[in-house]
Amino acid sequence: MAVAVERPANDELRNLSLSGHVGFDSLPDQLVNKSTSQGFCFNILCVGETGIGKSTLMDTLFNTKFESDPATHNEPGVRLKARSYELQESNVRLKLTIVDTVGFGDQINKDDSYKPIVEYIDTQFEAYLQEELKIKRSLFNYHDTRIHACLYFIAPTGHSLKSLDLVTMKKLDSKVNIIPIIAKADTIAKNELHKFKSKIMSELVSNGVQIYQFPTDEETVAEINATMSVHLPFAVVGSTEEVKIGNKMSKARQYPWGVVQVENENHCDFVKLREMLIRVNMEDLREQTHTRHYELYRRCKLEEMGFKDTDPDSKPFSLQETYEAKRNEFLGELQKKEEEMRQMFVMRVKEKEAELKEAEKDLHEKFDHLKRTHQEEKKKVDDKKKELEEELSNFQKKKAAAQLLQSQAQQAGSQQTKKDKDKKNFFFM
Amino acid sequence: MFKGSADNKIEAAMSELVPEPRQKPAVPMKPVGINSNLLGYIGIDTIIEQMRKKTMKTGFDFNIMVVGQSGLGKSTLVNTLFKSQVSRKSSGWNREEKIPKTVEIKAIGHVIEEGGVKMKLTVIDTPGFGDQINNENCWEPIEKYINEQYEKFLKEEVNIARKKRIPDTRVHCCLYFISPTGHSLRPLDLEFMKHLSKVVNIIPVIAKADTMTLEEKTEFKQRVRKELEVNGIEFYPQKEFDEDLEDKTENDKIRQESMPFAVVGSDKEYQVNGKRILGRKTPWGVIEVENLNHCEFALLRDFVIRTHLQDLKEVTHNIHYETYRAKRLNDNGGLPPVTAETEENHESNL
Repeated sequence: MAVAVERPANDELRNLSLSGHVGFDSLPDQLVNKSTSQGFCFNILCVGETGIGKSTLMDTLFNTKFESDPATHNEPGVRLKARSYELQESNVRLKLTIVDTVGFGDQINKDDSYKPIVEYIDTQFEAYLQEELKIKRSLFNYHDTRIHACLYFIAPTGHSLKSLDLVTMKKLDSKVNIIPIIAKADTIAKNELHKFKSKIMSELVSNGVQIYQFPTDEETVAEINATMSVHLPFAVVGSTEEVKIGNKMSKARQYPWGVVQVENENHCDFVKLREMLIRVNMEDLREQTHTRHYELYRRCKLEEMGFKDTDPDSKPFSLQETYEAKRNEFLGELQKKEEEMRQMFVMRVKEKEAELKEAEKDLHEKFDHLKRTHQEEKKKVDDKKKELEEELSNFQKKKAAAQLLQSQAQQAGSQQTKKDKDKKNFFFM
Repeated sequence: MFKGSADNKIEAAMSELVPEPRQKPAVPMKPVGINSNLLGYIGIDTIIEQMRKKTMKTGFDFNIMVVGQSGLGKSTLVNTLFKSQVSRKSSGWNREEKIPKTVEIKAIGHVIEEGGVKMKLTVIDTPGFGDQINNENCWEPIEKYINEQYEKFLKEEVNIARKKRIPDTRVHCCLYFISPTGHSLRPLDLEFMKHLSKVVNIIPVIAKADTMTLEEKTEFKQRVRKELEVNGIEFYPQKEFDEDLEDKTENDKIRQESMPFAVVGSDKEYQVNGKRILGRKTPWGVIEVENLNHCEFALLRDFVIRTHLQDLKEVTHNIHYETYRAKRLNDNGGLPPVTAETEENHESNL
């Protein structure tokens, strides 16, 4: 049965005008409703030295006290600690995961400091990839653990980036959206801050570090994103303590010489960070992670395993063909291994048989030997017995002969002895 | 002091012996609920707006297929649904054309916009279905077409360098037109729906409902529902995919009372009570398409477009497509590089 399929090319798509209200303008709402009922995932990675204020900043950003004990400086290596929380605001449920780098920057030898971080990020990508490649998969309710934003905490030295910072950021920029921030910004004076920021940005550019670009393609957010980008890296101050300023309580740090207000844009860039990270670009951060960083990881991983989209003649390969080839290869290898094993088994059996045969032969020989020895012994004993018997018979003969002689002699001599005896007896009497 | 240094010595020696264990990447713990501790506004709920803006920018795809015998008003209904000339009726086909000898699949795409939302709508028509003398297996070309679209999507998904947005040509919704005989379903109807309800969302509609009175309509609908149930045909919204109680109650009401929708289509406007409305003019009155007393077109429209459009797409993607994909991969022994599973599958295939 022939099937004719007519489908116009994309550019032939006609734009039609509607003659009335159809109602599909509710589509975005339908989509959003579905996502709202499922809840959203957002995962932040905080990279920075111990004591630089990562936990405090998270507390300040999310207006909550996430319980955690401050880390010590004695960690032998960098390890990542992830904690998940469920936050709710109006009807939006957010599954927030905050990953902390414990022990970063504390070791004497920091060569490998970046490795656990890269490993963690890759592990989350790998988990997603595995789920995606499963036959029976459930992506729509998969708990996404991939890192959507990496806040890199720069120490407020006032000079420039540390080499550890550059190395780490360079290793992370192709894997995660990096947002650099200057921590504990209340230790830098305003004029120094400006110089510091420029130095940092120029160092990032000259070292080719790709930090996250706030999107400017959509009209509604382009303006605010462009304005905020100018202030990168954001110089933040975190605080969960509240101080009375004027007639209300606000988050601040109280010093003898004054009060640093966290939410005052003249004092620090905390508000800008919150705007950019949460209120404007949270969805874009998630999307970039999925469409850029994850796709890159996936591509590299699959290529690493030997899969290509096109063969050497650049004709498109289907993953299926590659797969079939690999599968046949694998099956062939399995068969070979099976053969090898079988052969080895046969050989071993033969060896064992030979051994056993040897042992049997030995045993037989021993037995024969013993038998012979036994027979010899027996013969010897028999010979001896014969000898003995002969001797005995000789002796008996001799005895018989002697007895005869004796009896003859006795008879002949008995008269004599009688006479002698009488004589003797006569004497004794 | 002495003791301390001895300990250190021992420790140092031990650390030399035991190689530094590889740090296992931490796995997030179970989430801790902290609703009560929120003080002040964070701004998490803005993600809804952010998401909405993004989706408006990318636009939506929607592919709807209409299946039924000639003359049941499929093209007219689709035009009425989308209030524009989207069906093949308007793309060069004329009524005098011969009915095709075999089932043909004709897909026509349009871009329509409303309220800032762009939709790429594709209407897939199936002329020739059920029109031959011998209609055996006439659903096969349709099933083949639907599976071809799944195959196309799968191929794209499996590529190493994938497109940012894979073009979606999969059939999200299939409107099956039932002839308003007033008796019961025809064997062809049952066969088609039995085969296809497993691969695509089927929404049965009773065509040309203006040929039945209200009582006849109610009875017919009941009989059709009964027959569908007896034959194990799960039409959209399928019972097994109800996500929560809310969905279930809402969908139960639709399944048990409204469906199948008895519709009338029209693209002509008439003046009724001073308003211009879509309708059909007959000697005995004007049948108003959007009047719920006259027919259930408005219910169908609201159901398909205004409330369940996204859900139709999601069921297609999360369930029908996944079923196809799983079957396809199983037939091939699995997709690498999940080594554990590959071995599993090899075992079963060897």
